[in-house]
Amino acid sequence: MTKTTIKSEFIAGVKDTTPLIIGAIPFGIIFGSLAMNSGLSFWGALAMSAFVFAGSSQFIAITLLAAGTSWPMIVLTTFVVNLRHLLYATTLVPYVKHLSQSWKIPLAFWLTDEAFAVAINRYYQPDNSPYKHWYFLGSAIFMYLNWQFCTLLGLTLGQMIPNLATWGLDFAMPVTFIGMVMPYLKNKPMWATVIVAGGVALLTFTLPHKLGLMLAAFAGIGAGMLTETIEQQ
Amino acid sequence: MNEIYLIIGMALVTILIRYPMFALAGQVEFPPFLARALRYVPPAVLTAIIVPAVLMPHGTNIELSYTNAYLIGALVAAGVGWFSQNLLLTIVVGMAAFFGWQLLLGTLN
Repeated sequence: MTKTTIKSEFIAGVKDTTPLIIGAIPFGIIFGSLAMNSGLSFWGALAMSAFVFAGSSQFIAITLLAAGTSWPMIVLTTFVVNLRHLLYATTLVPYVKHLSQSWKIPLAFWLTDEAFAVAINRYYQPDNSPYKHWYFLGSAIFMYLNWQFCTLLGLTLGQMIPNLATWGLDFAMPVTFIGMVMPYLKNKPMWATVIVAGGVALLTFTLPHKLGLMLAAFAGIGAGMLTETIEQQ
Repeated sequence: MNEIYLIIGMALVTILIRYPMFALAGQVEFPPFLARALRYVPPAVLTAIIVPAVLMPHGTNIELSYTNAYLIGALVAAGVGWFSQNLLLTIVVGMAAFFGWQLLLGTLN
């Protein structure tokens, strides 16, 4: 095992995030290009990416805004949609508990689906590098800067391309997530998790405020646990 | 305009979801069953996002048809991901399959 350093971890975090960046670029550009048509100002769209930094809830927010939804309802929906980050944060607790709050605050702020998936894979690796949080930081900062840049691109260049939103670039997110899920499918409990989570997500899709997402996640986790328990008997 | 309230509200609820567990980390000890359950978090959440996005791309009804390019692209991506275990290849081939299929269907105007 080669010895890790702060620099090597940070660079590895950036490098391993590159595929996810490619998936996030179209997503950020569409967000920027749709934001102004939905009623956000130029600076409002930039501020949302800079201070909220949660791609799917930002998308849902501008969709709801365009439909004339009031801001408290959009904030409530954001809360429900982002509840999954509570699961992410909880999963990371054993790995970040030794860090100072000046580390925990930025890492929490930058906790996205992508940064979580990349960081948890690093933490799951058996080597005991003391700098794995630098890996997490590299991944998180790269995702953040890319999101700001793509929002700006969408707000400026995206405006000039007609019907950009109808090209189907929104497929970039599910296809990225598919690539992230496949390596988990190594045993029966994981299969049970994805089958049940997917099925429940379909059945509960029409629930208000995207509540179905959390129900599906919990059902999937439960199915994995149950299968694991049955297998052990 | 209420966009300032909207952005502050969204930013607050988001950080209030992301940060508290980190803040308390080290002060709480997890029961073993919870640690076990958390290993299923990534595939469970990601799949719950993927499946409706792919099978209900227009958000209305399930489109289980060859005319659904999202579904075709997703199947190709899953196949590539399964055999290659390579994230970048999965994304690139999946996107290519999606756009290729759309072109083939003549829906890309």
